[in-house]
Amino acid sequence: MPIHIIDRRLNPGGKSLENRQRFLRRAKSLVQGAVKKTSQERDIKDVLEGGEVTIPLDGMHEPRFRREGGTRDMVLPGNKKFVEGDYLQRSGQGSAKDSGPGEGDGEDAFRFVLSRDEFVDLFLDDLELPDLAKRKVAQTESEGIQRAGYTTSGSPSNISVSRTVRLALARRIALKRPRKDELEELEAAIAACTDEDERVELVAQLEKLKARSKRIPFIDPLDIRYRRFETVPKPVAQAVMFCLMDVSGSMSEHMKDLAKRFYMLLYVFLKRRYKHVEIVFIRHTDRAEEVDEQTFFYGPASGGTLVSSALQAMHEIVRERFNPSDWNIYAAQASDGDNSYSDGELTGLLLTDKILPVCQFFAYLEVGESGGSAFDLSDSSLWTLYDRLRNSGAPLSMRKVSERSEIFPVFHDLFQRRETAKEKAAP
Amino acid sequence: MTERLFEGADWDFHTLQRITDACEEVALKDLGLDVYPNQIEVITAEQMLDAYSSVGMPLFYKHWSFGKQFAYHEASYRKGLMGLAYEIVINSSPCISYLMEENTATMQTLVIAHAAFGHNHFFKNNYLFRQWTDADGILDYLDFAKTYVMQCEERYGRTEVERTLDAAHALMSHGIDRYPGKKKLDLRAEEKRAGRRRQHEEEVFNDLWRTVPKGASKTKSALSIERRRKLLGLPQENLLYFLEKSAPRLAPWQRELLRIVRHIAQYFYPQSQTKVMNEGTATYVHYRIMTKLHEQGRITDGNFLEFLGSHTNVVFQPEFDDPRFSGFNPYALGFAVMQDIERIVTRPEDEDREWFPDIAGKNDVMGVLRDVWANYRDESFIAQFLSPKLMRQFRMFHLHDDPEERAGIRVDAIHDDRGFRRVRRELARQHDVGYIDANIEVVDVDLSGDRRLILHHHVIKGSQLNETDTKRVLQHLADLWTYDVSLIEVDANDKVLREYVVSPRPITAAA
Repeated sequence: MPIHIIDRRLNPGGKSLENRQRFLRRAKSLVQGAVKKTSQERDIKDVLEGGEVTIPLDGMHEPRFRREGGTRDMVLPGNKKFVEGDYLQRSGQGSAKDSGPGEGDGEDAFRFVLSRDEFVDLFLDDLELPDLAKRKVAQTESEGIQRAGYTTSGSPSNISVSRTVRLALARRIALKRPRKDELEELEAAIAACTDEDERVELVAQLEKLKARSKRIPFIDPLDIRYRRFETVPKPVAQAVMFCLMDVSGSMSEHMKDLAKRFYMLLYVFLKRRYKHVEIVFIRHTDRAEEVDEQTFFYGPASGGTLVSSALQAMHEIVRERFNPSDWNIYAAQASDGDNSYSDGELTGLLLTDKILPVCQFFAYLEVGESGGSAFDLSDSSLWTLYDRLRNSGAPLSMRKVSERSEIFPVFHDLFQRRETAKEKAAP
Repeated sequence: MTERLFEGADWDFHTLQRITDACEEVALKDLGLDVYPNQIEVITAEQMLDAYSSVGMPLFYKHWSFGKQFAYHEASYRKGLMGLAYEIVINSSPCISYLMEENTATMQTLVIAHAAFGHNHFFKNNYLFRQWTDADGILDYLDFAKTYVMQCEERYGRTEVERTLDAAHALMSHGIDRYPGKKKLDLRAEEKRAGRRRQHEEEVFNDLWRTVPKGASKTKSALSIERRRKLLGLPQENLLYFLEKSAPRLAPWQRELLRIVRHIAQYFYPQSQTKVMNEGTATYVHYRIMTKLHEQGRITDGNFLEFLGSHTNVVFQPEFDDPRFSGFNPYALGFAVMQDIERIVTRPEDEDREWFPDIAGKNDVMGVLRDVWANYRDESFIAQFLSPKLMRQFRMFHLHDDPEERAGIRVDAIHDDRGFRRVRRELARQHDVGYIDANIEVVDVDLSGDRRLILHHHVIKGSQLNETDTKRVLQHLADLWTYDVSLIEVDANDKVLREYVVSPRPITAAA
């Protein structure tokens, strides 16, 4: 009997990948909820690491007709002291199980591991960048390679065998190069031939053909074709993200931490939408300066508060380095809301005239001390100002945050996919 | 002859070939097994996980529930909560056995003996498998199913297909023919039979019968109900079959999907009925083969000890008060009964002669076992061959738990003379799928009225259906039937215990 032993280890794995994706798609809302819940507990750096999530099994339950309750009979091994007719006390647990029909649905939660990509996908799935109009504009910084027909010169690795052979064949047919079987036929005829004259004639013919086939090569350098590639400029959508933060004395570490979390999320989010994302950190007290990330978050600074200085700095940087027709500009401002009273007018003007027209999106995040709920924060001067601008139609997004756990909801809230809400309900 | 098959724990493909040849020699010559051609495939842990999630089959249609399985297994495997099986074997011809690459040479030998010869013989010879499964065709059928589901998804949309499959899966446990159907006669045979019947009536004609008073004749309406039920093939316990044939508004492709799920359920049906026997057979066979190989000097004492270690783990039966206890271990029970049969056949005691007069002292162990393997399933196997000695050895006892009983759980029988038969009967019943699965059947359709589908659940021992699950399953059923569905739970005295009525969800574009 033949026995086949097959090594399947090299077969491609991931046979279940599609099923897994289907499962995730189906459990999407549940998994998303779980992902958000998980991400609240995590540090910002770990947010995008993937990992284990738990979803309630309920939504993914596969129902079956199951029976429960009633009198039960069972045969068990390991009798030590019982004799027929003994009564065993029910343990509390056992009777509790019996008393609650419909309760004992077995496992109520389902744990599994998400990969990093799956996690981020789900995490950011229902978010959408506002106003993507400028996405078409781009810098031609990267070059793609694309096939562009054939050429007669090139590197040997690019020889197009099929094209070369086809041309050679055409040439051989056109020039009537004798085929191998024709020669063989002739040779056979010579071997079979008895008549001397005829034989001589055939041999001459054969010689002629052989000479001809020598003259006309099987493959001529003329035939050789190379695959030709062209480099084409590939437009790359690019974005710049401005982080504006008030670092005056009134901003506590906690507030900075809140701001940092928000910026991180925004960065990750932009990174997924744009191939190229630049970040500009601008911190300000009563004067603004562009700094590196480390200084931005941790560098000491003190002074009064002039928000307009930051906006002015941003405006200048935009003018110098980021042409609004080439760049998608996003800005997020974090502040505790303090501003010099006299600065309000200037800030408003800068924002409406210079900043907002070039920005895709401008978010203002007012951070508060931990413990203070959104209600307790009486409207700060900056908030009042921005609120007025917003009410008069300026495209501003603004939220108040005072707890770490609020960052994610606020972020989601800001980037909620709105127009497509209908689509989502449909499938 | 006494050449070692392998040294140490390492193996390569030549070793596997030698092992398989050696096992085959023992299996065919000494044990007289009859197997499908073998195909042995070596796979990685990841592939094993893949196989888990498609119910062990090498190919399967796509569905999210398999993804769920996979995610679940993967998570528990990664955390080390779960080890993977050493092997998976598929009832097909050729019989495919998957071996894990991590196994040592001894384990590979064990697994080949276990799967490629033990299970394989059982698949090929047991009557249930012969009756219900088509080992030659199953892989082709799965291939067809996979392609068909894929085509349906392309043509009718993934959501639609998924909805139908979800519903079909919910009813899978009740999509099985439990009894081989009656073969329909063709016209000619029908005519012949009618002729014979007429002839018989003529021969036995006696005018006296006319004068015998008849009972009240059936009313017209009763007759029409009977006729209707007959036309629809009612009562019908195969819910999927019934829907496939009679649901009024299913599209042809939906019927085909139901059919696919039903066929697959049917294919696995024998396996659920023969867990104890199947594993028992495989374990007995690997034990015999390994012992023989050791006797022949083909495996070393060390390897044999390694084997005994694994074997002992496999057939370990914790006692009921052990925290590890989770019911009878089919490997342990099956193997013990088969070894016991061997003992009864070769060295019977008086008790055995009394209990097993047919086989006691017959001396042809393999002949008896082969017969057992071919003609029994778990329930009948235990009912026939569980010996008093084994019940004593396992110290079996029977508990009767009646929630009404205030005093507690009664010990109904133990392993003594008065209890043997009762314990054995009860254990056999525990392995009877007829008792394990809820007995639900379609009894009627209100064709002239609102087309409501009426199902009955015959409640045994007061054990009713789980409410939440039942409502969900009925919802799926109603969606397929597209009219109301009612499920009535009745006890043995036809008393109605509970009634569910479910209406179909509005479907946008089903019809």
